[in-house]
Amino acid sequence: MENLQRTALYEEQMNIKCKMVSFAGWEMPIQFDGIIAEHGFCRNDAALFDTSHMGEFFFKGNIKTSGINEATSINIDTLKTGKCKYGFLLNEKGGVIDDLIIYRLSIDELMIVVNASRAAVDFKTITSRLKSGSLDDRSKEVSKLDLQGPNSKKILQKYFLDENVNLDDLGFFSFIKTKIFGENCLLSRTGYTGELGFELYIDGKTAVKIWNALLKEGVKPAGLGARDALRLEMGYSLYGNDLNEEITPLEANLSMFVNLNREFVGCQALKKQKEEGLKRVLIPFKTTSRRSARKDFEAFQDDKKIGFVSSAAFSPTLNVGIGLLMVDFETFDENRSFELRDKSNKNRGSIEANKASLPFIKK
Amino acid sequence: MKKFSQEHEWIEVNGEEGVVGISSYAIEQLGDITFLELPEIDSEVSAEDSVAFVESVKAASDIYTPVSGRVIEVNEALLGTPELLNQDANENWIYKMIISDESELETLMDEKIYNEYTESL
Repeated sequence: MENLQRTALYEEQMNIKCKMVSFAGWEMPIQFDGIIAEHGFCRNDAALFDTSHMGEFFFKGNIKTSGINEATSINIDTLKTGKCKYGFLLNEKGGVIDDLIIYRLSIDELMIVVNASRAAVDFKTITSRLKSGSLDDRSKEVSKLDLQGPNSKKILQKYFLDENVNLDDLGFFSFIKTKIFGENCLLSRTGYTGELGFELYIDGKTAVKIWNALLKEGVKPAGLGARDALRLEMGYSLYGNDLNEEITPLEANLSMFVNLNREFVGCQALKKQKEEGLKRVLIPFKTTSRRSARKDFEAFQDDKKIGFVSSAAFSPTLNVGIGLLMVDFETFDENRSFELRDKSNKNRGSIEANKASLPFIKK
Repeated sequence: MKKFSQEHEWIEVNGEEGVVGISSYAIEQLGDITFLELPEIDSEVSAEDSVAFVESVKAASDIYTPVSGRVIEVNEALLGTPELLNQDANENWIYKMIISDESELETLMDEKIYNEYTESL
């Protein structure tokens, strides 16, 4: 795999059983022992994900006057230091350039965490919206590890005994700056699996130390494959599947993350869309068998196309296929089942599915 | 002795009967198997026809019959527990058939050649 970036953990991952794939310009592990085993380990114990490919930007400047508060849908002005928030970088039409998390490091400092595939366009877009202040892309020097699962706190606590850090005190979407192995670590109570979990932002050398220490504790490494099934079971959106520049947060059923009573780029378009009424929306579905649809399958009722699949996977927890479907309100009857078809392979027949509710699994 | 197709099916021949499965290599590539559709009993199949398919967490793939003939039995145990293929793809056959044209077997690879073929992929 030529010209792909590698994380600081590449060598460690190659030393154990691991399957690498090309992902957003990076060579990333898709699985270690197997997707279903890794998924189960995260749900029942603790799994470790290398997410160093994600982008980290650091902003310094006046939150109220620099333009940063209007650059994304996130109201940073009301965000307390030590807290982080999920939201969107939108285009003028209200389409999603990226979904991101903003960490308030201090009164005038932020960390903005973005998807690897969008990092370059995100950096350019946010910079162009600033009137003052500075935005610094430190994605290359920042490594990131996600420890997720019901036992994550207990395992991680062991490494903070000397620091007087009590992870019980760390609320959801809160973070602390601390030390681990003597090095700086930003530790947040966040994650994208629906489990109790933590994300650690550290330098590459420390990432290797933590990776090896946690694996020695019995934590299992997990790849992008398990991550995809875990996030979909919770109904969390994935950029490039459920979100893109043509889809608005309202259509993606994520209106709870946009406050239309404040000004930000894309807000006017969203207001207009809301006034005119949505023509399509993302709905969750379950198949009636172990068969799973795939991204871009088409959905039909009475041979009339009603929409397309944006995300789909086999749910190891539910033992059926699950997914998200963008449906046209005009043609879709939500009280009836529908058929999902692979337009590129008609021989395999259609998959029966029904509208479901989120999250697919109750935590 | 098993013979292998380029599409990663294996066939074990006992007289006019053939037992068909998927190679360990293919299962390894697919990952955790979640669903399997079996061929229809009594269906007449021609070499390289898509006769069934298999789904994994990662992908879906057709199963092609390596030779022509008539399907006489399917391994129904795989319907409820398709993960048996991950445990042992060599033991867990997919279907049995009466082979109609033995000469087609000559187009298939023996295990050594097949292993060389998969290493080159």
